[in-house]
Amino acid sequence: MVRIIKYVFYDLLRTRFILFYTAFLLVCTFAFFQLDGDFGKVVLSLLNIMLMAVPLVSVVFSTIHFFNSYEFIELMLAQPVNRKSVFLSEYLAVASSLSLAFVAGVGLPFLLYGAWQPVATLMVTGVFLTWVFVSLAFFASVLTRDKAKAIGVALLFWFYFSLIYDGLLLWVIYTFSDYPLEKLTLSLIALNPIDLARIVMILQLDISALMGYTGAFYKNFFGSNLGILFSVSLLLLWIVLPMILAMRIFNKKDL
Amino acid sequence: MISINSLEKKFGRLTALDQVTLQLKGGKSYALIGPNGSGKTTLIKSILGLVVPTSGSILFEDKPILYDWKYRDKIGYMPQIGRYPENMRVGQLFEMMKHIRPGKQKVDEELLDAFKLYKIFDKRMHALSGGTRQKVSAALAFLFHAPVLILDEPTAGLDPVSVELLKEKIIQEKRRGKLLIITSHILNDLDEIATEMVYMFEGRIQYNNSIESLKAETNEVKLTKAIATLIRQRELLESVTE
Amino acid sequence: MSKVGFALALLLWSTGCKATTWVVGATEKTKHIKEAIALAQPGDTLIIKPGIYREGNLILQKPLIIKGEDYPVLDGENQFEIFTIHADNVVLTGLKFINTGIASINDLAAIKLLESSRVKITNNKFENTFFGIYLANSSHVWIEENELRANAESEHQIGNGIHLWKCNHITIHKNKVKGHRDGIYFEFVTNSLITQNHSEGNMRYGLHFMFSHNDEYRDNTFANNGAGVAVMYTKAVTMVRNTFIHNWGSSAYGLLLKDIRDSEISNNAFVENSVGIFMEGSSRNNIRQNKFYQNGYALRLQASCDDNRITRNNFQQNTFDLVTNGSLVLNTIEANYWDRYEGYDLNKDKTGDVPYRPISIYGTIVERMPQAILLWRSFLVLLLDKAEKAMPVLTPENLMDTSPAMLPYDFN
Repeated sequence: MVRIIKYVFYDLLRTRFILFYTAFLLVCTFAFFQLDGDFGKVVLSLLNIMLMAVPLVSVVFSTIHFFNSYEFIELMLAQPVNRKSVFLSEYLAVASSLSLAFVAGVGLPFLLYGAWQPVATLMVTGVFLTWVFVSLAFFASVLTRDKAKAIGVALLFWFYFSLIYDGLLLWVIYTFSDYPLEKLTLSLIALNPIDLARIVMILQLDISALMGYTGAFYKNFFGSNLGILFSVSLLLLWIVLPMILAMRIFNKKDL
Repeated sequence: MISINSLEKKFGRLTALDQVTLQLKGGKSYALIGPNGSGKTTLIKSILGLVVPTSGSILFEDKPILYDWKYRDKIGYMPQIGRYPENMRVGQLFEMMKHIRPGKQKVDEELLDAFKLYKIFDKRMHALSGGTRQKVSAALAFLFHAPVLILDEPTAGLDPVSVELLKEKIIQEKRRGKLLIITSHILNDLDEIATEMVYMFEGRIQYNNSIESLKAETNEVKLTKAIATLIRQRELLESVTE
Repeated sequence: MSKVGFALALLLWSTGCKATTWVVGATEKTKHIKEAIALAQPGDTLIIKPGIYREGNLILQKPLIIKGEDYPVLDGENQFEIFTIHADNVVLTGLKFINTGIASINDLAAIKLLESSRVKITNNKFENTFFGIYLANSSHVWIEENELRANAESEHQIGNGIHLWKCNHITIHKNKVKGHRDGIYFEFVTNSLITQNHSEGNMRYGLHFMFSHNDEYRDNTFANNGAGVAVMYTKAVTMVRNTFIHNWGSSAYGLLLKDIRDSEISNNAFVENSVGIFMEGSSRNNIRQNKFYQNGYALRLQASCDDNRITRNNFQQNTFDLVTNGSLVLNTIEANYWDRYEGYDLNKDKTGDVPYRPISIYGTIVERMPQAILLWRSFLVLLLDKAEKAMPVLTPENLMDTSPAMLPYDFN
């Protein structure tokens, strides 16, 4: 498997996209520092990038890469190589190079300007989101043989989790606002990895936002060790579940 | 060596393979023929594990191949249309394949030499013509001394000289006692390299016998004629039964 | 009356009669404070030596100067009020009061001052007292540099740190109050000055006053109090250079203004509070040059407020800068710095050329449905706010700052 990962990495580097992505993140982070020296504001701006751009880039790039690697996958599968290894190699190589790009692009400027605890959280949640959306992208990719369709499905995932889901959540809150909704909304948040990452970050950055009776409830939950364990395991679940599902489909897929 | 039992494959509503049962033995060379869409490629891909059958089983040396992958160590495969990582150089491709199948100490580079592929080692795959690509595919298939060789349309798109080189190689491997499965539209080529014939039509095996007995049955000397006669006989038979 | 005047008066008065000094201590001739108080003539001085004095309730009805050496401990043994004073011209200094009784009917205090004037209470320490310093119907009192600490677990087990009722001309300076119900409590206290005090970690309010007109608060810090600072039913208050910090909680405010009129609230800092300022039924106040930083809501302006002027404040990194529950615009909001302002300044006069609307639709949504706070910083909220800014539908269209500052003001 390590041998295959090597070649996937090689292929990823050839496309240069990962390098562009790193450069983009670097430029953004440096620009935020130039515009505003305040760490809090820089991290907040990066939070928007993390919640919007990282999932989008991860999901689209992974899907395109999967279809561009179709020949490679076909070639490998005619060889004495396990399907699982091929799939995992592709997955690990894409996810780790995207994460690396994110960590380098955001982390380097902070190394220069001085690190800060929320930055670490930002990096960790960013990496988590990257893996989640690479998983979702692979899932979308094995669902169909049509590249355009797969990209469509992948974009839909992104659109759903970053916008539609929150709209539905707002609707639920609006409709049932007369009832105590804390537990319900808490579990609904857990069903969206982007929301989960956002809440974890907000707890680090501007807790003031989460004040008031309702906010205090969420803060107590997510601020506790149990809450952190809860968020981390849910994010892990969001990574593993689509990935396992995709691998199962891939194992039975006709090439 | 390879035993296929009531193999069935459906793509949605389309039945690509319909109750295919077939024994393939070592030392023989099978010509797999039939019109387009008759299920030849699907059958080959099933043997390679690229296509997962709907029902039925394939045994390779008496072991089922479903979800197994180690048996492919014994197969050399030349696809109909060779699809390779487009950014890779030819040399890197060979390097990678050797790397991926490290078990074999000694590799068979006869075709590599014969086709003079060394000269284009630094070219990228996307820059190759269809014929050159076929040469690469062929060289890769023979590279690892695999006891089973599956060649999907090996001569299509090759220039006459290369066709002859490839044929020689195939005959030579056949003599070494390997199992060969070859599909081709160019029946003349098959005449020289195949000993058995499997004729497929609409996902079913219509005929499976040695080429010699086929020729005897149809009273023809040439394989092309023999097959044409066979098809005509079958059509006649069908119209009668209907 | 000034401090100098008071000292002069004391001096004149003490030279009039011969003043004696009484030393109280375990090894002295006078072993009990009670005894010394009985023996002393008005104007005498009592020096209390170090030690623990358990003398129940001490009642002082003549002008005396009582000084502690190395903080002698006056122990109320969890059942008594320690000092009850009904006399003018008293000085209490350098004493340590511990363990007053706790009673729900009588407000037991470490020092209770009734109908007295010209009294100084300075440099004392208070530990585990029900009420610390309790003043009623008194005037011209100086409460300076005292330290009050209590560790109550619930509101009804504890009284206020510095409690004043119907007083005037009081100076409260440089005291530290921690762990009481209200740090500083005023009811009907007028013409008083409260400076450089530190009120932290009190169960309810750091500062709580009602009907206390013409008072001035300067340079105080109110931190981590259960519900922040609440001021009500008062006019002509001046609050300058105070710091309201970290008053978190479901109903906590940096500063709650309820029925406050004609007051000045300037140069204060509101940092990390659930609500920076909550205003209700207040009018004609001047809120200027304050710093609102990292609050949940910087300013909650209820519709019952009118004619307030909110000018030249800095609003930075608050979740919501301004929310209101009405649609009428009765207050003036002008020339503030808003870090969310995205306008431009073509004529370079450091004032934005397009008005800023500080009320966001998301803020309005959260007002109605608090659970919606979970969507804070999501893409959806971003889009909603942008759309609303372009075409106000739900937020009051005329509520805006017509001359927003381009850069934050430097108040230091």
